[in-house]
Amino acid sequence: MTEDHSIEGDYERGEGDHRIGHGDHSIVSDHTAEITKLDEVHYPVPDPGHPEHLPRLTDVDVKAADRATRQVATFFGLVPVLAIAFAVVYFAMPGDMYFDFGPLRANARNLGLGVSFGLALLFIGMGAVQWGRTLMDDHEMVDYRHGAASADEDKQYLITELQKTADEAQLTRRKVIGRSLIGALATIFLPMLVGLADLGPWPTKKKRAETIEATIWKEGIRLVHDVTYEPIKATDIEIGQLVNAEPENLKDLEGTAFLVEKAKAAIIIVRMNPNTIKIPDSRKDWQVGGILCYSKICTHVGCPISLWEQQTHHLLCPCHQSTFDLSDSGIVVFGPAARALPQLPITTDADGYLVARSGFTVPTGPSFFERDSRHDFKRGDN
Amino acid sequence: MRFLASRRRHPAAKVLLLLFALFVLGGAYSAFAPAERVSADDGNSQQIARGKALFAVGCASCHGLSGEGQTGSSIQGPPLIGVGAAAVDFQVSSGRMPMAKPEAQAPVKPNRYTEEEILALAAYVASLGPGPAIPSPADYDPSTVSEEDIARGGELFRTNCSACHNFEGAGGALPGGKYAPSLIGIDNKRLYEAMLTGPQQMPVFSDEVVRPEDKRAIIGYLNQLHERPIDGGLALGGLGPVSEGLWAWILGLGTLVFFAMWITAKGAKAK
Repeated sequence: MTEDHSIEGDYERGEGDHRIGHGDHSIVSDHTAEITKLDEVHYPVPDPGHPEHLPRLTDVDVKAADRATRQVATFFGLVPVLAIAFAVVYFAMPGDMYFDFGPLRANARNLGLGVSFGLALLFIGMGAVQWGRTLMDDHEMVDYRHGAASADEDKQYLITELQKTADEAQLTRRKVIGRSLIGALATIFLPMLVGLADLGPWPTKKKRAETIEATIWKEGIRLVHDVTYEPIKATDIEIGQLVNAEPENLKDLEGTAFLVEKAKAAIIIVRMNPNTIKIPDSRKDWQVGGILCYSKICTHVGCPISLWEQQTHHLLCPCHQSTFDLSDSGIVVFGPAARALPQLPITTDADGYLVARSGFTVPTGPSFFERDSRHDFKRGDN
Repeated sequence: MRFLASRRRHPAAKVLLLLFALFVLGGAYSAFAPAERVSADDGNSQQIARGKALFAVGCASCHGLSGEGQTGSSIQGPPLIGVGAAAVDFQVSSGRMPMAKPEAQAPVKPNRYTEEEILALAAYVASLGPGPAIPSPADYDPSTVSEEDIARGGELFRTNCSACHNFEGAGGALPGGKYAPSLIGIDNKRLYEAMLTGPQQMPVFSDEVVRPEDKRAIIGYLNQLHERPIDGGLALGGLGPVSEGLWAWILGLGTLVFFAMWITAKGAKAK
């Protein structure tokens, strides 16, 4: 507010002094020679200065200026036309009319409203820009940078004002008011802090084992189709078949609990020729005649995956291209996932339907820092 | 004509018209249905023999002389024993088979076989081992599917199919040059056969697991999805954020760059 740049004045002494980071111009102009010398050391390339200021065509040629005026007025003049067009489209265009033009098949009213209003806005902007570029005054200005700190007198003024206010409010005489106010303001944030507990329980080892590391799978739970909840007969599954499935007890849940458990318990069932895939000894009885069951949740960041190539037996996660080999206990063959896809041990019940032998032996879903997955299944384990 | 036109709003007109339509439909069905019953698996030995001859010419170089498959040599073809007539009809009528050259995936190309030849081939392959038969219109025609079932078909589609074929059936990429083809505009019968047989990398969704009524619901959903008007203007192939982002970056930001250049450009000077 104390800086009142007269344009010419600033322009004249504008050679190089903007490199000095403080706002007191008088120092600069008093020591121009010294600074030039200093510049030769620090800035070996000479300051090219400002280019010559040339008048625009519209500044000297009346015809050009008139033409520019007409352009600006045309832009602005089209806006009311488009605004009226908008109103007409809004009331007169039937809502079920379609505009068919090659790949563009659009609701005529939507398109009309969008085009008229969008162009109106655009023309206001284009008119303003053209006006500024061709007709508004064209003098060049230099604004100098200053230090970020306020002037000492401003600071002093602020301090005395604050002091005066504090005195008037009797804060200096009755200190207990100020202190209790600080206490009040500090504790008012406590309820908000307490509310953060809603983000979830503190993830202790025990809590994790009960929540994110547990699924609703347990011994004897039937594998049922996702969507239809029909149980799955082992004899119905052909080689090359893929089934997206869920635990049967999922349908007892509702709302949040349903979503939370579905997100962890979703599985895919695949059948491969048991003679051409690798089944480790430890998992010999986790499968039924080549029917294997894996978690559907990628171990990287938890996308649901069912992009399974029947012939390569690879399961690909579309999010980050993690690839799991379902013919080799779900180990990672490509991508950022760091641990094998958890396999669910399955068998058949008395009626021939697929059931779980037990829950998952390792947590499903994305990996997290607190759990050491180095002892999960790896290539070559048995 | 005047007689009909003046009575078109008669209370009995609707009923009569419906009866007439049913009669025409029934008559047309009885006239044409037997002709379409050129069955691939009725044990017609002549048809099988013709199929075997065609197989020896078009298929045996990869799939072996009696469909046993070749996996050892450089030219590979999976065994066809038990793939059924439906797989043959799907692969040959869409032009995927015979393949022109070994590659990551057999592309769709013009089919050179007549329907009768395809049925002969299918009959021969079906005779090699039991497999799914070519579905009949009653299996795949979704015209009887209710609105509720179409919604369920959408759920089934998103659960079972969208991982590869995209949530609108626009198709998608798979590793190693393979791809899940677009389902837009694909014949209902072919959709059904693909689910039934699991061609190439696609898993099988057999009738025992995804029941025929579920398959019809999925087909009905796809038909409705691809026939509905696109109110938003350009659907951009239904590919989602990729295609939308591409246009936003290239067209949207490109236009903004152009405006920025226009705003800062020095206009015409006096000298």
